Amino acid sequence: MRFLARRLGFYLLTAWAAITLNFLIPRLMPGDPVELLVARMKGNVEPEAIDAMRRAFGISDASLWQQYLDYLGNLARGELGRSITFFPTEVSTVIADSLPWTVALVGVATLISYLIGTSLGVLMAWKRGTWLDGVLPAATFMHAVPYFWVALALVFVFGVTLQWFPVSRAYGLDVMPGMTGEFAASVLYHAALPAITIVIASMADRILGMRNVMVTTLGEDYVVMAEAKGLTSRRVMWAYAARNAILPNITSFALSLGFVVGGSVLTEIVFSYPGIGSMLLKGVENEDFPLMQGIFLVISLAVLVANFLADLAYVVLDPRTRQESE
Amino acid sequence: MKIKIGFGILVFFALMALVGPLLIGADPAATSEDGLQGPSAEHWLGTTQTGQDILTQIVYGARISMGVGVLSAVIANLLAILVGLVGGYFGGAVDEVLSVLTNIFLVLPALPLIIVLAGYLPQRGVGSVAVVIAVTGWAWGARVLRAQTLSVRRRDFVQAARASGEGPLRIIFFEIMPVLLPVIATSFLATVVAAILAEAGLSFLGLADLSTVSWGSMLYFAQNGQALLIGAWWWFIPPGLCIALIGTGLALVNFGIDEIANPRLRTVKVKVRKART
Repeated sequence: MRFLARRLGFYLLTAWAAITLNFLIPRLMPGDPVELLVARMKGNVEPEAIDAMRRAFGISDASLWQQYLDYLGNLARGELGRSITFFPTEVSTVIADSLPWTVALVGVATLISYLIGTSLGVLMAWKRGTWLDGVLPAATFMHAVPYFWVALALVFVFGVTLQWFPVSRAYGLDVMPGMTGEFAASVLYHAALPAITIVIASMADRILGMRNVMVTTLGEDYVVMAEAKGLTSRRVMWAYAARNAILPNITSFALSLGFVVGGSVLTEIVFSYPGIGSMLLKGVENEDFPLMQGIFLVISLAVLVANFLADLAYVVLDPRTRQESE
Repeated sequence: MKIKIGFGILVFFALMALVGPLLIGADPAATSEDGLQGPSAEHWLGTTQTGQDILTQIVYGARISMGVGVLSAVIANLLAILVGLVGGYFGGAVDEVLSVLTNIFLVLPALPLIIVLAGYLPQRGVGSVAVVIAVTGWAWGARVLRAQTLSVRRRDFVQAARASGEGPLRIIFFEIMPVLLPVIATSFLATVVAAILAEAGLSFLGLADLSTVSWGSMLYFAQNGQALLIGAWWWFIPPGLCIALIGTGLALVNFGIDEIANPRLRTVKVKVRKART
């Protein structure tokens, strides 16, 4: 458990760093965000909005230290200020409305991509020298493709040209949100293309990473030994080699999460998916600094939680981390 | 072989960025009467809604996209070298602090942070965008370099340098750094691609300088000009393809280097493996 405690400590520290960064950014960047906003909107901002924004940032005449304490206090009550785009809605409300869409979409897509990518990597390492090697160049190419470009291509082919899938929104205009099968079907139908985008764009990393570790593992003595004992190929491949090769893969998967989330944000924008990415775009377009910062904070914390979950998986899979005496 | 193909691709794009605009000579922003033309003999890659030639834009865009990529990779790598080598060499409390800092930046999602930072920029020129991307992109390099420094600093020549009274800074930058140049080079190339991707994402959001033509801003205008609904595939396919090809070239170089270091990764047909299937 010492492993988990140490990781948890690190994530708490990182969360604090993200929160503090969030506090410092408007103060360290050149110019006063409030004046910047007023200038950009050419004075078209309600005075209440300006006031709310000053409060949200804790910008006041008090000392920096006092401002920081006020900011932490607000945050502890879940107060992220008011959005300028959706004034006078609280930023926390805007985020709470959009976050479930993103978590469901990105979470499911990432899991699918991890499972398929890792399995493909294992197979490709096992069947090296066969036609499966042909996947390598494709994976190498896909690994640097921008997510939003994959999204554009999919929209073009399957949305506009073939018209198989809807290309925007999270559910059809003709269904009422609710616990009905019809609504669920519409949601799944609309989530198909964005999810496929994230799976395609993030899978290549998993394939390449898993294949490389797996190839190294296949050369280990215990794999040769397992084969010499006459175990079935399937058993050697999954229970002996893949079982061990997956450990470093989990670590690199956790580190890539931030990248996946960044790509997913842009993917949502292409599909006008009502998640946190589309809200971020609205924030950017309207110079809505409280909204942008609130979203940054929430995304960061979400990535930290996901990292911690990956660590838990690691502990389950690697008995060495469970040893008390280290 | 992989390295050669990879280098070929990278050199091609580097030449395109450096020499291409001189060969073409046209103004990438110049509009014309023939809007939304598909690829033809006159316009090899077709035109945009306002009749701008896409090939010209791609070639000029290479300058901005790769320029931002290289510039921010240079900045990010300077940071990475500083943090990684200093932490790895000194160890102790300095290393602890720098490692924690590195790991924090490694875990924090880069793109949302870049977006927030870019949102605050009063002017979004090439330079400031490059700096913002670099600030969020140095951690991976620093981590790799720190690990390498840890192993190099125990070697005899470093001990000898210390014994002969060289100062720590001289040892770090004149004894250790030259040994790590191959590592720095690969991490530099990886950062270039990450930065090109980040710039494309920023421009696509409309958060970079949209008055200059870059691959990202081309995608931004394609998306906002409804290129998809009109069916103008020639407008949005080329910029993304260029980004992906540069990434492929770089990955090939890196994999090639990996395979030299770890022969098992090579895709040569081995009889033993065949028997196993």
